[in-house]
Amino acid sequence: MRITQGTFSFLPDLTDEQITKQVQYCIDNGWAVNLEFTDDPHPRNTYWEMWGHPMFDIEDAAGVMMELNECRKVYGDRYIRLSAFDASHGWESVKLSFIVNRPSEEEPGFRLDRQEAAGRNIRYTTSPYVAAKPEGQRYG
Amino acid sequence: MDTEAKTVTGKDRYKSGVMEYKKMGYWEPDYEPKDTDVICCFRVIPQDGVDPVEASAAVAGESSTATWTVVWTDRLTAAEKYRAKCYRVDPVPGAEGQYFAYIAYDLDLFEPGSIANLTASIIGNVFGFKPLKGLRLEDMRLPTAYVKTFNGPATGIVVERERLDKFGRPLLGATVKPKLGLSGRNYGRVVYEALKGGLDFTKDDENINSQPFMHWRERFLYCMEAVNKAQAATGEVKGTYLNVTAATMEDMYERAEFAKELGSVIVMIDLVIGYTAIQSMANWARKNDMVLHLHRAGHSTYTRQKTHGVSFRVIAKWMRLAGVDHIHAGTVVGKLEGDPATTKGYYDICREEFNPQKLENGLFFDQNWASLNKLMPVASGGIHAGQMHQLLDLLGEDVVLQFGGGTIGHPMGIAAGATANRVALEAMILARNEGRDIVNEGPDILKAAAKSCQPLQQALDTWKDVTFNYASTDTPDFVPTATAA
Repeated sequence: MRITQGTFSFLPDLTDEQITKQVQYCIDNGWAVNLEFTDDPHPRNTYWEMWGHPMFDIEDAAGVMMELNECRKVYGDRYIRLSAFDASHGWESVKLSFIVNRPSEEEPGFRLDRQEAAGRNIRYTTSPYVAAKPEGQRYG
Repeated sequence: MDTEAKTVTGKDRYKSGVMEYKKMGYWEPDYEPKDTDVICCFRVIPQDGVDPVEASAAVAGESSTATWTVVWTDRLTAAEKYRAKCYRVDPVPGAEGQYFAYIAYDLDLFEPGSIANLTASIIGNVFGFKPLKGLRLEDMRLPTAYVKTFNGPATGIVVERERLDKFGRPLLGATVKPKLGLSGRNYGRVVYEALKGGLDFTKDDENINSQPFMHWRERFLYCMEAVNKAQAATGEVKGTYLNVTAATMEDMYERAEFAKELGSVIVMIDLVIGYTAIQSMANWARKNDMVLHLHRAGHSTYTRQKTHGVSFRVIAKWMRLAGVDHIHAGTVVGKLEGDPATTKGYYDICREEFNPQKLENGLFFDQNWASLNKLMPVASGGIHAGQMHQLLDLLGEDVVLQFGGGTIGHPMGIAAGATANRVALEAMILARNEGRDIVNEGPDILKAAAKSCQPLQQALDTWKDVTFNYASTDTPDFVPTATAA
């Protein structure tokens, strides 16, 4: 399966040229771009590991792309996402967030456990199959 | 138009009998509204022979302290403060016999934090007043002091996006169809297919409550099976608006509690439940970390015609105060009423921190929202993937686009319909961010995206350029004119 988190997951994986244009769009809007990586794709895994701080003062997308390539060298077997933060009053949160790197092997997806409870109620638990292994040993 | 009418003062003011409203203190052309006043703009259509100023003063009177005759008990009160004051009457451009009346109300006339109280004054008796042929509440300026007595949207656009982990694009939804008759089990099938195919939300329709063909508990249980299964199939957070609208507050709370117990991220109510019930549900949603969707069922009975009723922009303002998180606000291009300029005004009311006066969008006043959360507008009704560039251009990215028929009616099935919409949307966002002119290049962008997505190609072939081109009834009365810089 293909995990469809992020703004562009239904499109074919973006090329670096396409990513560069999105980064420049973010920078031109005054947003700080941030790189994060994980090997736990649970939909409610909010805090991916940060690749340094958000890049508040970079004016050229090339600088961000250089960091992305550095991050890929180390964590290329994991998910990497690029997020842009808008610090304006009334938003102060993420404005755009999309996956820029996926594990090279097949994404095995999620197990859905059902625990039957009273009144036909069911308690659901979603677990990534890969999460059975320790962090860092899940792909590749 | 008798703009020279003077308020009678002293002993003469309180002589028993009938006196014209414009002489009782409800017409004060020199009055300068205070920062804390609530201001209304009404469209007043007097009966033939009735002076517009007198008619407007009567509206001020009947929506505040007046009755049809002079009463001595006024003198026991600070009556001058409590009288609403009409301070300006303008002819409506291009509409003979119609007038815009501006009326200021002192803040002490209203109970803090109560839409029911506000509306009981402003749209209480006065809309049935005989000397008027018609009356329409066009807009309201809500002072910051009053706005701050409301909690506003329980969740707001930003927090909703954070909870769903979805940024940078409109959210996608679909209303389950047919809206009546499906069993719970069949209903959940539609939810699962649509969410798995790529939608973020599915939605109960406004009149899906608990009917003989489907009990509400049945629907909730099957829908949550569908939501959880779709989450596991995609790795994305998914939701379905469980409509908790019911006959009584007790029923609604029971249904909402059950939705919470099942782990739903969102519940839904209809506008017809009434302002007090809406505020109660907003409080409940705030307490329980639930997104609250509002379907504006019934609004067109009083918002659509310009000659009588309440503009939807006013309803949108009341709903932002009342505290819902989603509100249906029009599609422009779809099957339901929606002039582009007027609809833009509604969207601005929902989403901006400050609305400057924009007569061309029907916004008569500056409106400061004093950091109340933003309200997510929902575009629903007769839209399809082939319109994605227009929708994005007209409505922006903080909106829920709901393709009901445009998902479920796809020739290859519901999941394919959902995928078509999602691919069309993502391709359009990508292109817009790259700086492309999506309005003109939109059809080409869709065609190119369809090359790697057969369901999109099929959607484009099926609906081609289906549009609903009818004249709007609710259009702005002012057109922008060029001015020297």
